[in-house]
Amino acid sequence: MTDPAAAVETGVDVHEHAGVGDPNAHHHSPEQIRAEMRVYLTVFIGLAILTGVTVGACYGLQLPVHTAIIVALVIATVKGFLVAGFFMHLLSEKKVIYGVLILTVIFFIFLMTLPFGHHANPFGS
Amino acid sequence: MDAHAAGGHAELEIPYTVHPRPDTGVYNGKLGIWLFLASEVMLFGALFSSLILLRTGADSWPRGDLKLNVPLATFNTFILILSSVTVVMAWSHLRLGNLKKGRIYISVTILCALIFLVNKAFEYGHEFHEHNFPKTSNFFAIYFTMTGLHGLHIIGGVIVFLYFLGPGAKMWAHDAERYTNRIEIVGLYWHFVDLVWIFLFPVLYLM
Repeated sequence: MTDPAAAVETGVDVHEHAGVGDPNAHHHSPEQIRAEMRVYLTVFIGLAILTGVTVGACYGLQLPVHTAIIVALVIATVKGFLVAGFFMHLLSEKKVIYGVLILTVIFFIFLMTLPFGHHANPFGS
Repeated sequence: MDAHAAGGHAELEIPYTVHPRPDTGVYNGKLGIWLFLASEVMLFGALFSSLILLRTGADSWPRGDLKLNVPLATFNTFILILSSVTVVMAWSHLRLGNLKKGRIYISVTILCALIFLVNKAFEYGHEFHEHNFPKTSNFFAIYFTMTGLHGLHIIGGVIVFLYFLGPGAKMWAHDAERYTNRIEIVGLYWHFVDLVWIFLFPVLYLM
């Protein structure tokens, strides 16, 4: 349902509809915004459950280190996807933002792989 | 606002604070915060990389769950996740034109951040009491460095939220959309801080 009071309060044209989930759309209708709020709450519940699962699996079950690392990182990645995708709206962003992030991810992956090259480092051996 | 009506200072107006810039499709502040977050990814990335180097190069590495307070850190994780959802709820209510609810959610976010910091202070206090300092071992060096830097980011976020809850909220009266965009920007920063913790928590506390 449209909330006329909210529209009057903002002075925006609530009939100017935009794509659901597009954070750069100038105006969303109140129904669209309320639908997004329900999604945020669902994501929050999902994040809370996944946190419980991580702690239960790694801390409660006392998994072996290698198993714990894999389980914890997989769940953390899923949680990261939920936060970045829904709270940071990366599921529906503009190309320029994706461009910045792709470049960042390339350098980040390079950073993460750097430590594994230290075995081949002749210095200090 | 008509610049001439406002006093003829058109050259002083910052462009694209509300409307998307035609060539990027986003308003300038949003592109700016994403560029900043990209630099933050590299900052924390370097520390995660250091952690991998230290851990893979060590003969033995202690399990975080045997050294650190997992229940307290788990509670802090829930608190930070809650603060992330309260930020987007604040932004959503501002988009609906409801400043009052927006400010309530911003206040809850600040409260969550303060609870996180108080818990962190208790955790640090316990470690110091146990004579665990950054100099004690590589494990505690990387633990204090990463959680300390993350804590500084929390403090930075609290300061910005307090500004927008107090003096910064005056903008709402004359430019509500710009104020709403500013909350979106600080929200993006806050979600990034949450994102860092989502990875810090299992890597330091559970492995």
